[in-house]
Amino acid sequence: MTITENKTTNVIGTRLLRREDPPLLTGEAKFTDDLNIPGALHLAVLRSPYAHAKIKSINVSAALKIAGVIAVYTGKDLQTTWAAPLPCAWPVTKDMKNPAHYPLAIDKVNYVGDGVAAVLATNETASRDALDAIDVDYEPLQAVVDLEDALSDKNIIHNDLGTNKSYTWPLLVEDTPGCVEEAFKKAKYKIKERYVQQRLIPMAMEPRAIAAVPQPFGGDITLYSATQIPHILKVMTALTLGIPEHQVRVIAPSVGGGFGSKLNVYAEELLCMALARKHNTPVRWVEERSENAQATIQGRGQIQHIELAADENGKITAIRVRIIGDMGAYLQLVTPGVPLLGAFLYGGVYDIPKAYDFSCTSVFTNLTPTDAYRGAGRPEATFAIESAIEALAREMKIDSFELRKRNYIKKEQYPYTAFSGLVYDSGDHLTAAEKAAKLTDLAGVRKQQKKQNVPGATKLLGVGMTSYFEMCGLAPSRVLASLNYSAGGWETATVRVLPTNKVQVITGSSPHGQGHETSWSMIAAEKLGVAPEDVDVLHSDTAISALGLDTYGSRSLPVGGVAIAMACDRVIEKAKTIAAHQLECAAEDLQFVGGTFSVKGSPDRALPLAAIAFGAFTAHNLPEGCEPNLEAQVSYDPPNFSWPFGTHMCVVEVDAETGAVEILKYIAVDDCGIQINPLIVEGQVHGGVVQGIAQALFEEAVYDGDGNLKTSTLAEYLVPAACDVPPITTAHTTTPSPTNQLGVKGIGEAGTIGAAPTVINAIIDALSGLGVKSMAMPASPQTVWKTIQAARGGKK
Amino acid sequence: MKVSITVNGKEHHGDVEPRTLLVHYIREVLGLTGTNVGCDSSSCGACTIHMNGEAVKSCTILAVQADGSNVTTIEGLAKDGVMHPMQTAFMENHGLQCGYCTPGMVMAAVGLLNENPKPTEEQVRVGLEGNLCRCTGYHNIVKSVLAAAGSK
Repeated sequence: MTITENKTTNVIGTRLLRREDPPLLTGEAKFTDDLNIPGALHLAVLRSPYAHAKIKSINVSAALKIAGVIAVYTGKDLQTTWAAPLPCAWPVTKDMKNPAHYPLAIDKVNYVGDGVAAVLATNETASRDALDAIDVDYEPLQAVVDLEDALSDKNIIHNDLGTNKSYTWPLLVEDTPGCVEEAFKKAKYKIKERYVQQRLIPMAMEPRAIAAVPQPFGGDITLYSATQIPHILKVMTALTLGIPEHQVRVIAPSVGGGFGSKLNVYAEELLCMALARKHNTPVRWVEERSENAQATIQGRGQIQHIELAADENGKITAIRVRIIGDMGAYLQLVTPGVPLLGAFLYGGVYDIPKAYDFSCTSVFTNLTPTDAYRGAGRPEATFAIESAIEALAREMKIDSFELRKRNYIKKEQYPYTAFSGLVYDSGDHLTAAEKAAKLTDLAGVRKQQKKQNVPGATKLLGVGMTSYFEMCGLAPSRVLASLNYSAGGWETATVRVLPTNKVQVITGSSPHGQGHETSWSMIAAEKLGVAPEDVDVLHSDTAISALGLDTYGSRSLPVGGVAIAMACDRVIEKAKTIAAHQLECAAEDLQFVGGTFSVKGSPDRALPLAAIAFGAFTAHNLPEGCEPNLEAQVSYDPPNFSWPFGTHMCVVEVDAETGAVEILKYIAVDDCGIQINPLIVEGQVHGGVVQGIAQALFEEAVYDGDGNLKTSTLAEYLVPAACDVPPITTAHTTTPSPTNQLGVKGIGEAGTIGAAPTVINAIIDALSGLGVKSMAMPASPQTVWKTIQAARGGKK
Repeated sequence: MKVSITVNGKEHHGDVEPRTLLVHYIREVLGLTGTNVGCDSSSCGACTIHMNGEAVKSCTILAVQADGSNVTTIEGLAKDGVMHPMQTAFMENHGLQCGYCTPGMVMAAVGLLNENPKPTEEQVRVGLEGNLCRCTGYHNIVKSVLAAAGSK
């Protein structure tokens, strides 16, 4: 049954306002640090001021004397508390090196921010005061900060591993052996580019916050955490602490943004739980912003080398990619897998032959661990191919849009089996790109550019574009298995029609700003013929939603949302047998429209779902063998990723004298298939685009040579404000996904994937007359100005 | 030190450590947790409240400095169960996603319109410079404020 065949109401596709908003707007919503937990002790973590040092001794006696301080623990004190180190769920290769990583460092610290000691106090102020009173004697070691330096193994971070290399993961796809090399030999055009994906700090507005509440008897423990992944956290904390899993309950209250940074199992979660059990008292912790910058994962951190071979028409004939990935000091939950999520996408939206040679070598550095940050691997890959194709167009001296057109996978080639063996579900790249060009007035801008960018001009106009794929909706479990990921990619949904015809939807997705309650209520309302306000959506508490795989990788709708639709179908199937029994007809003779079953051709013989729900509850008159109640649970494993796509364009004006970049226009044309709620889709695109613009223009985790983070507050790390970014024009095309009944694809990461290369390409386009061919990120005025000077110098 | 602060129309008397920030007094002593803390450098604006009618960041003020003043927090904005027009405008224009910056953003926006009832888009963007949002890209926040001002 597809959504269009069974369309009983017209909820899907409407701009329904979010039910989440009133509590958030009035201050009623409870984030983790808002919870009132009587008797809770406050945890504070002493963090290493050195990127790399031996811990010679720790003296906590002065700290223990501070009023309110209950206990101070070092890594050695807690060594026997852990049943296992902090988990990494993605051992990408059999021989991947993974250093043991415990919540507190034991004899050596490996990044600035590494936990060294834990204080418990009756109030937060005392806990923080005590940190200053702990005396640690460090023996500083040479810090490894630079990726190429790390690769050289000159200084080794984890001695027991014998190398800084964690793994090398190759993906070589050749139609015939040696065909990549041959394609490069034969190529009419070749380009070879190097790009740096700077480290980014996710900076969700709510810092992490945790409260662990033990039961006084029986050993049960409830963990409240500002997390994206309550379900995964339940399994992982149980394993790491050696607590039976059924005694752990995890609740994610209102969560203030994640972007991947709350997709992890963190030291502080384990410390709160372990110490709450030890002291038999609730323990809570809230992160300061500067701690967040250092001790919550960072994103990106790659050096990319990409080579394209092309024939005389610019048709790409082979791609070679070499990546160095910055893991940071340790492997967090999915750290090593991030480059792999991009590994399949260096061919972009183009028709690439089986001549693809990718390899990623990932290294440890004495820096904060990296992990998934909005897009995770895919923004990096998209940046590389979409920048490289511009370089190829410059080499060929043709328009880059024209070059893209020659390489796009054509609409009629879908479903398209890519060089990698992955099947791209549906797409129409040209239509989206032409729509973007029209909205940008590309021809008009080009005309204006000719007029404006004359020799000696200081205000230079540029246009940039990106055509992207998102590869999301993580993920088919079998594909994850082939990538050595330790878990599946399914999602669960329970749909229950209550006796009074109100509906409960229980989802394994775990929202933190995406509006799942609104969107999921719309799916159930559409399917069951009830009003959205009659659908309650429950989530983010493992005692209510027992099974789930949470929210990341733009998976919630194409996996979790589809599971809800399927559970509705099962409820309808069951209701139909009851209706047939009560109407004394065959189930096949019934139709379900607008929330009512009726006999086809005899509309008078009808029963509304409300009557069946009540009948299923009383169970007075059910068919033989039919169980009471109207409820269904589905675990849905998607057959494929979902492949949203689109084209972004922007127009910039660069001041050649100051290096300042102003975005005059930003156009995002995205295709995520059927939109459940366009209001929410647009919001996801707006926010994603601005995070991509932020990478292009503003943000970078800057470290000095000793591994000190120089941008650890929001005063130094430049999250853009409203006046730093332009309005975003959003538009869409609609190419439904054929792999799920809703026709939906994810949209959470698309904006971020598309935006950074769009902006950088526009800047390079503006400055191409000055000989500028590349632009480092973030393209701050200083960087732009220096690049212009270097290009001018080169011309002399 | 003894303080007396009127919050959302109700007078509160307390004894606070001199170093207590107003935001901590509001959250921890009064239990009004709608005002959020997002940074430690007065950069994010999540803790914006009104003090004597002006939007201020409550993390930049000591509780003792607020002695004798009249404070409105996000909890005091809706009246008799009806949201303030700015809150309604944020809802109608999808001006929030995770909602963490929202109380501060709404208080800042109300303060902005108090000073400039009919701002241009540019004036809204500049006026909200001190409030960071990581979810919305500001597009719908700006739209919300303009809608509340009746400018669009």
